[in-house]
Amino acid sequence: MEGMTLIAKGAEADLWFDPDWNGVRALIKRRGEKRYRHPDLDREIRRLRTLHEASMIHRAKEAGVPTPVIYQVDPEDATIVMEYVGGEKVRDIVDDLSGEMRYELFKLIGLLAGRLHGVGIVHGDLTTSNIINSPEGPVFVDFGLGEASNETEKRGVDLNLMHRMLTSTHFRHTEELFSAFREGYVEGLGEEAEQALGRMEEISRRGRYVERE
Amino acid sequence: MDVLTCLGIESTADNLGIGIATSDGRILANEITTHVPEEGGIHPREAARHHADVVGDTISRALAIAGITSKDLDFIAFAQGPGLGPCLRTGATAARALSAYLKVPLVGVNHCVSHIEIGRQTEGAVDPLTLYVSGGNTMVTGYEAGRYRVFGETLDIALGNCLDVFARAAELPYPGGPAVEQHALKGETLIPLPYVVKGMDLSYSGLMTAATQELMKGSHSLEDICFSLQEVAYAMLGEVTERALAHTGKGEVLLTGGVGANKRLRSMIGLIAEEHGAEAKFVPIKYATDNGAMIAWTGVVAYMHGVRTPIAESFIDSKWRVDQVEVPWRG
Repeated sequence: MEGMTLIAKGAEADLWFDPDWNGVRALIKRRGEKRYRHPDLDREIRRLRTLHEASMIHRAKEAGVPTPVIYQVDPEDATIVMEYVGGEKVRDIVDDLSGEMRYELFKLIGLLAGRLHGVGIVHGDLTTSNIINSPEGPVFVDFGLGEASNETEKRGVDLNLMHRMLTSTHFRHTEELFSAFREGYVEGLGEEAEQALGRMEEISRRGRYVERE
Repeated sequence: MDVLTCLGIESTADNLGIGIATSDGRILANEITTHVPEEGGIHPREAARHHADVVGDTISRALAIAGITSKDLDFIAFAQGPGLGPCLRTGATAARALSAYLKVPLVGVNHCVSHIEIGRQTEGAVDPLTLYVSGGNTMVTGYEAGRYRVFGETLDIALGNCLDVFARAAELPYPGGPAVEQHALKGETLIPLPYVVKGMDLSYSGLMTAATQELMKGSHSLEDICFSLQEVAYAMLGEVTERALAHTGKGEVLLTGGVGANKRLRSMIGLIAEEHGAEAKFVPIKYATDNGAMIAWTGVVAYMHGVRTPIAESFIDSKWRVDQVEVPWRG
């Protein structure tokens, strides 16, 4: 693909940066063919997941959770062209922020996660790598594993993943960051928040989610 | 140091297996007696009765093939779980009796861990991502920090169980896998069936129901249904495998369990491994199906690292998860 740079190659999709997609900077996400799958099945899976992801991104935005603007969806080519969100991954900037800024940022992230859950969406891969700290504030990206669900269990899985990330990657500020996140989350989701947070603790105790040191 | 000899007893489901392994890595015997139900699937109590009936003879046969007597055994290993309670109890009872009679130590072994260990041994795999796919289990595991971690697994029934139940509805012989595979070879058209991957986990119960319903409707040939069932079931497993491979960066993929004999599944795993620069290794069927050699060998490995199971702690655990087991020999 001409003029474009491959940013990331994942198990499910490749990400390309296009500096001039009809005059704007764009991120192109393409789910590549899988040789091991029957071609008809492969086409159908890639088509449905592309449509699904685009719809999750859109619904999140309607709920007031900043996500990239979608420019174009091509289900047959399993491609989504979306706004290129400038800024660093929250993962990479946590240690550079002042205590107060860290607190405000994670309270806001918690609030947005709470809102997302409130409108019946779970992210599926809620980590600090999937939140971009843009000049306009945090933007949630990569809804590839997102699901429409109100289940406490799935909300708990989202929270557990975030908590695990704070424990492993951001171990210097784990408690501080999670308490800020929690405060925002309760504000964003309301009374169902406690249930989800309780489930998170239960999930973290299960064998299958034992910490990988 | 002297070479030690271990007799292992496998009795988690319909196979009663007796294996004999040595501490220098040889498998001296691997005898299996299978309980074949007169109709339907495995009835745990009847399978257990079968195991009790044949365990004595199977042990004698294994000792004869190994060319040793019971006096040559240095310790006894048995599958302590997971599996069907009554079947596990029968094997555990035989193991305790042998251990007490011969005055040798007892080593309780996790059945899933032993599937991984025998594959590492026979296929020379060092640190593989292991796909264990059988009538009772479907899981993608890999070693990390002291244990075999589960990266993905079935949320309901095992892949092999899905094939077995479908095959029974189609009046195909048991086990269902080989029969479905034969019919699938003649299938051409892909029928839409539910493909369910949830994050890293799998669900096969909906697929089983949908495939069985297609059978009842009669609008597609049995060949096409078998073909589609295989394509969907194995692609689901392939997707989870690929993600786990990308996540862990492991250089080997080890396919084991009875379903691992399927050629279509093997070709998919081969392609995925190739794409990720990993080597695909397939455990031969005599060590991939439930067998005693894997229990004996894992018993050897565990014993050499100080694992002992006093009689008082030799209760079976029918739900013993693979990631609950400390594996000090991998440290």
